[in-house]
Amino acid sequence: MKETLLLTKHMRENPEDSHLIDSYEKNGGYETARKTLINGSPENVLEEIKVSNIRGRGGAGFPTGVKWGFLAENEDRYLVINADESEPGTFKDRILLERDPHQLIEGIIITCFAANIENAFIYIRGEYAKPARRVQDAVDQAYQKGYLGKNIFNSEMNLDLVVHLGAGAYICGEETALLNSLEGRRGEPRLKPPYFPAVKGLYMKPTLVNNVETISSVPWIMENTGKEYNKLGVEGSTGTRIFSLSGHVNNPGNYEIEMGSSFGEFVESLGNGIRNNKKVKAYIPGGASAPWFRGDQLDIKMTIDDVANNNSMLGSGAVVMMDEDTNLVNAAKSIVSFFAHESCGQCTPCREGTTWLEMILDRVASGRGRASDIDLLLDVCDNISPGLSWPPKMTTICPLGPSAVSPITSLMNDFREEVESLIPTKVLL
Amino acid sequence: MSWNDSMIKQAKKIIKMYPQKRSAIGPLLHLAQSKDGYISDDSTAVISELVGITEVQVKSVSTFYSMYKQEPTGKYLLSVCKSISCEINNSKEIIDVVKDFTGLNNNETDENDLFTFEAVECIGACGGAPAMQINYETVEGLSSENTIKLCEWLKKEQPDVIIAEEMQDNFGGTKSFDWAIKDQSGTTGSVPGFQTFNTTKEKK
Repeated sequence: MKETLLLTKHMRENPEDSHLIDSYEKNGGYETARKTLINGSPENVLEEIKVSNIRGRGGAGFPTGVKWGFLAENEDRYLVINADESEPGTFKDRILLERDPHQLIEGIIITCFAANIENAFIYIRGEYAKPARRVQDAVDQAYQKGYLGKNIFNSEMNLDLVVHLGAGAYICGEETALLNSLEGRRGEPRLKPPYFPAVKGLYMKPTLVNNVETISSVPWIMENTGKEYNKLGVEGSTGTRIFSLSGHVNNPGNYEIEMGSSFGEFVESLGNGIRNNKKVKAYIPGGASAPWFRGDQLDIKMTIDDVANNNSMLGSGAVVMMDEDTNLVNAAKSIVSFFAHESCGQCTPCREGTTWLEMILDRVASGRGRASDIDLLLDVCDNISPGLSWPPKMTTICPLGPSAVSPITSLMNDFREEVESLIPTKVLL
Repeated sequence: MSWNDSMIKQAKKIIKMYPQKRSAIGPLLHLAQSKDGYISDDSTAVISELVGITEVQVKSVSTFYSMYKQEPTGKYLLSVCKSISCEINNSKEIIDVVKDFTGLNNNETDENDLFTFEAVECIGACGGAPAMQINYETVEGLSSENTIKLCEWLKKEQPDVIIAEEMQDNFGGTKSFDWAIKDQSGTTGSVPGFQTFNTTKEKK
């Protein structure tokens, strides 16, 4: 199994200076944007993106071309790049920001040309200070060269780009929470409808919100055509995708591959197997929000649809391997604690539910559990996500609450004995 | 107003970057924290005046986000990750080591105002787990021994600029990905080192 390098090619070939504009341009950077702005048309860009069948890389996997098609007419429209990468296990946007910021900026220029947008923002999580510095330097260089600002490439297109730093709130990765945050408010997700920021977004104006990896793919698609992009990967999961591999593997890291091979193959070949030749007990296929797979399910294919058909999600592309020695109750507790900490507090089932889940799991993990705790955990989960089905039903404004349910249903469905073994059978006095 | 002229000037520059003034609150709060190490009542008042909203509205924003501190932090904010990839790679041990060394519990600052310790959620260094940040500069692939050495180094040298590369070279291990490029820029306070807040410096 080999990587297919589209987005990570430049940084691989120019490790010393891939983040600098000279290096980027020497390797053909900004040529695609130049050609598109001078000779292309917005309709043509939209068409190429649609033909590429690229789906959003932030987690939800929504078709990018369709999203762009929703953008309502208005004098003021905005593009907001979601670089609030905080899903535990995920570090793929970090490499794109840190190592190839100009690729992202070129993607932004082309996107704004296609959508007739003059104001764009990159919302980077506050903890990503170093990546943010790199991006800010790149933006400054692009302004100096005249690739941002007024009359870009003499095409009469104007574009201002602001790098905005968040302040430590996972929930701001939810697009409406991100927009509230960018408006200078608490990062609380908005009540839907309106469903799409493309209709009512930043300042209630039409706004495209796209992930870093999605927009970083735009220059390649425009240079090589949507048709070529569509040939990569498999139907429904076209192109390449950067997977963040972590956990008990020999070679953790970011790997850009065409979607379609199995998780087992991926871990064995690029990840160089599990440390100390251990077996996989369970793994997370798409970030902390995703229900787990068992170690005997490594043959599942890494595509959006295959993972969904097995009742989980490919999400943000974060694959976390847990070996046979892993204490899964502690692992679940870590994930539940995460969501309890990151709950914005608007919806009662999430705010209270995640906190209770954390407390109950804590007592189970420390050997102070009660016989009724398993049912209690599932009952609290059911209040957050009725029926405990996948995709989850919600009693909340956003999917954060149901995300905390995923590790618990995974535990109870597949590793119930491990939980039960921690609960004392005699009453403790 | 008790921000000095250069801070007010910087604040006005930030406000101009946005279509609506209120959007500047986030960066202005970072700027405020770079001055005091936390969001003081005084800064809340200044921001409310600059942006044209009430102090309570500023406070409601600043208390929502975990990076805006409501109490003074030490010179070095030690943020050890405890999320899933770090958890299964013994982050508990790293947390214990830092707690032991500093004598601090979560969200506490020592009496010399040198260290503030916090156990935090995912910092995007999962491939290099366990990992931590010092003033939001990342070190990956930590061992207990190296974590102690890192804390000792901070205590002894008390560097004014914290640089990820420098810490990674001396105390880090496995990285999430190849950083490749040597970068000597870092942060000058217990806030993200970022051009807009004037909190970044290069080591000569």
